[in-house]
This record gives sequence, structure tokens and C-alpha cells, in this order.
Amino acid sequence: MPDLTELSLSQAAQGLRSVQFSSRELTQAYLERIQRLDPQLHAFLTLTPELALVQAGLADEIFAAWRKNGGASPSPLLGIPLAVKDILCVADVRCTCGSRILENFVPPYDATSVARLRQAGMVILGKTNTDEFAMGSSTENSAYGITRNPWDRERVPGGSSGGSATAVAARLAPLALGTDTGGSVRQPASLCGVTGLKPTYGRVSRYGLVAFGSSLDCVGVLGRSAADVTPVFACMAGADPLDATSLDLPAPHFEPGTAKDHPLLGLKIGVPAEYFIPGIQTEVESAVRRAIEVLRELGAEILPVSLPHTQYALPVYYLIAPAEASANLARYDGIRYGPRQPSNTMWEVFRHTRGDLFGPEVKRRIMLGTYALSAGYYDAYYGQAQKVRTLIKQDFEQVFNQVDLVATPASPNTAFRIGQHVNDPLSMYLEDIFTLPANLAGIPGISFPAGFDSAGLPIGMQLMAASFREDRLIQAAHAYQQVTDWHMRRPQL
Amino acid sequence: MSLTTEQVEAIANLARLELSAEEKELMSQQLSDILDYVIRLQALDTGGIPPTSSVLPPRSVLRPDEARPGLERETLLRNASETEAGQFRVPAVLE
Repeated sequence: MPDLTELSLSQAAQGLRSVQFSSRELTQAYLERIQRLDPQLHAFLTLTPELALVQAGLADEIFAAWRKNGGASPSPLLGIPLAVKDILCVADVRCTCGSRILENFVPPYDATSVARLRQAGMVILGKTNTDEFAMGSSTENSAYGITRNPWDRERVPGGSSGGSATAVAARLAPLALGTDTGGSVRQPASLCGVTGLKPTYGRVSRYGLVAFGSSLDCVGVLGRSAADVTPVFACMAGADPLDATSLDLPAPHFEPGTAKDHPLLGLKIGVPAEYFIPGIQTEVESAVRRAIEVLRELGAEILPVSLPHTQYALPVYYLIAPAEASANLARYDGIRYGPRQPSNTMWEVFRHTRGDLFGPEVKRRIMLGTYALSAGYYDAYYGQAQKVRTLIKQDFEQVFNQVDLVATPASPNTAFRIGQHVNDPLSMYLEDIFTLPANLAGIPGISFPAGFDSAGLPIGMQLMAASFREDRLIQAAHAYQQVTDWHMRRPQL
Repeated sequence: MSLTTEQVEAIANLARLELSAEEKELMSQQLSDILDYVIRLQALDTGGIPPTSSVLPPRSVLRPDEARPGLERETLLRNASETEAGQFRVPAVLE
């Protein structure tokens, strides 16, 4: 039998259908690899082997019944293992959000995204590490220890979905869910050499995603290729009565075709000067420019474009996201869930529970958000940020009148060293400079491997598209991956 | 732009966060650095620009106000650190 953890999604699905192996065997192969390698990497916070093997057994029964009785073809996700970021609820499985304030929280329901994938027959391996409440770019802000980058264990995997990115890169899971509020799917995908899709805001229900920045949060997916992440995204997408911001659009159906000579003929791709700025690692810039040449060879027309308000995305984000977070995190008061720090009065319970159990970055953002929303400062900070957000959104609307996609680096640098930004929050925030704008505009983005630097670390390229045009992102990333093999490389472990 | 430790204390009070003396000191320095960075937004002329609070077009999301099944009381209480008689138990609110 081949190493089952090396199979792509379509290969694994084909193997399951044709009885080359069972879902239990596939799941067991991943569980064994996790047991062997995760002690060095710490991608997972909670493992769910019993749940996984029960789900895998059910999938095997469905396959057996289908082979016996015929009928509709099973979902391409049936029996396929999945890792889930520990900020999305899986019923009856602990959900910490990387925070001590939820160290014993067991949600009674599935997130809608998770429920839909379970309905399709996916097998949940466990919950992956995250920066506390998804606030961070390195996974160092988790209260439960750091996750290591499988390409160099002295470096971070990015964040906040760093556990999911490491799990996919290290072949501990074929696919993983992440969430993306300012780049938390795309940036770790870039730093770990995997493919990460952030859908359009509103495309996937946020029900059961523990809220951080409600106008920005998106459920996304990480995998080894655009072809692999596509069916997971398509399965999760669609309106949900439990999330009033989810939109009633048909779930997109994609059939990534096989290689043609010029599969991107007719597609216009814009290259914004504002994303190729001094300070970005030179190897990142040159790799992304080479990747753009590959897209041109595939038939795309490459045009210079301008997104003039790009430099304001970071200050806008670091007012709006903390403002929303300060409101969303008001619910952690030690009363309804989480440990309670004992005190004699309610106010003291609130102050001590929150003061003792939130980590430094979460406190910093609650403070920043509270300040930006407070009387006397609201107009100058939060109100102005909302107006500049409009300008950033308009930049994209204008550019997408001229081109179909925008191509940029996913991150200004390859994976940085553990501890490098710990004492300087602002320098950490700058690591997300190329991914924040898509969240502010609500548009979709994908990040995928486009080379390696001289230290052997993956370089990621980002494509962005107009709202609800994930199909174009997938089309271009898939075409690129048909003629390159960066996404096939794997770390030595 | 700099925040004094007294301002930090006032914000922490609004946010119901107990901070140690060292945290207040560090917070005053780090928040001041971040505010120095974000202040550049104020140089932009945004006269006549509407604020964006949601990227979605405004639309009605109302549904009929009908009773439907919810979670059981016991399920809702099981994550609480203190409960009594089917309710969340809290310290005295009134003196």
C-alpha cells in the first residue's frame, strides 16, 4: 500500500471508492503520523481519535452500501480526514480558542461550516493550535504553547491558523479549516508552503466561529493545492439561517480542468505597485514576479494597477478589528463559561477573571478597541477608520473594473524566528500588511507556494478577486499548480 | 500621542480588566506606539466619504417570530463554573 498520507484529495477519494483502502485505514495512517510527529511540532491542541474512527467507520459503511446498491455518487469528501482550528465549534469537543479563559469550554453544537463537512462525511482528527482568539501572526500568542514550522522548527508557522498550516504542511492532515480576519489563513499558508483560501465575506456562515472581528471574520480552508481546497470550500458555502450575514447564493461548483496550453487566456491580472515596496524580502519579491511571468505564459494578460490607499490598511485594521474584538470579548466574564476567579463582588469577578486569564495580546487589543470606541475619541479613531475603509474598498472596486485578479506577495517575509517580534507588537502587525486589505474590502483571496528562499523556506503568492469570484482565484492557482511543483515539495521530518 | 498610566487605568476600568503595575507601564508604552502609527489616518481628507460598518449591501434579514427548538437548560449551564437550581450562580450584585 502507498503512504496514504501522501495522497491528494482526489487520489484519496478515488482510493476509497475503488476499495484500495478504507476510510479507517486512511484515518489511522494520519493518526499514527500525528502521534509520531506532533510532539515536535505541536500543531494540535486536542486530538479526537475515537470520534475520527467512528466517523471513518460510518463512511466505510456508506461506501459499502453505495457499491452494493448503487445510487448517487458519494461526496468527494466522504471519509476524508480534516483538522479544525480550535476556534470553530465541534459539538462535545473542547474548544479553547488558544485561551485560558476557555480552557474547559465544551460547545454543545457544531459550527455550520463543520456541520456541513461532517454531513458530507469528513472525519475530524482534532483541533489545531491558534493565537489566542485568532489575534496574532505567529501562533506564539496561544496559551497552550507554540507551534513549530515544519520547514524549520526554530521558526514560526505564521498565524493565527498556524496549527492548521503546520498540520497540512507536515502531512498530519490532508486538509484543515482556518479562519481569516486579517490574513490568518493566507499568511500561515504562505509561511508553511501550503494553499490557503479565504472566501468572500458572507460566503461561509460564521455560526459557531468564535467571534473576533465580526465584520471581518471568514472561515477558510488550507490544503496542499487549489484542487484540494476547492470541494471543502464549495461544501461549506451558502446561506445559513443562523448567520444573518451569510448570503443566499448557490454554493459554487468548480471542476478544475486538466492542463490546456493557455488555460488563462482572456484573464486579466493586475500587479499593484503598492505591494512591491522597500522592506520586503528581495527573494519574496523576485519569486512572486517570476510566478506572475508563469501566469502570463499560461495566457493571462498582466497589467499594472494602483490601489492607492494600501498604506492605510494596517492602521484601519488595527482600529476596527480591536474595536470589534473589545465588544465581542465582553462576553468572557467568568459567569456562563470558563473558569471564574473568585471574588466577593460581580465587578471584581469580571476584572480578575479577565485580567488573569486573557493573554497580553488579547488585553492589548481590548484596550486599544475600548479606547478607540470611547467617548471623545470615537470620531477621531473608529469613525475615521470606517471612512478610510470605504476608500480601501473603493480602490478594489475600481481595480476590478479593469482586471479579474490582483497578484501580490502573500507576506513580506518568509517564516521568521520564534521570538523575533515578541516584544514589539507593531512589527508583528506589519507581517500581515498584504493580507489585511482583502478583509477590509470583504473580497476573497488565495495564497499558494511560489518558490523557496535561500534558507529553504517557502514563499507564498497571493491572488485576490472581486467579491464572489473565488472561481477565478481557483482557476488561476490551479493552472499555476499544473505547471509548477512548489506545492508538491514537503519538509523533511 | 502618548497614554499616561492614569489613562490606561481608566480604559482598563471600562474594559473590566485588572492590570498589574508592570502591565500598566508596558501597556502605556505599547499603546502609545500603536496610536502614533495609526494617527496617520487623520491626515486623510474623508469629507463626504460614508463609513463602512459592513461590506454587505443593506438588506432585510427578518424572519417570522415563531418559537422553535433551542438548547436544553442543562446543556446551556454545563460550561458554567457555578450553578444553582438550574441557574447561573453569581456573587451578590446589590450591596
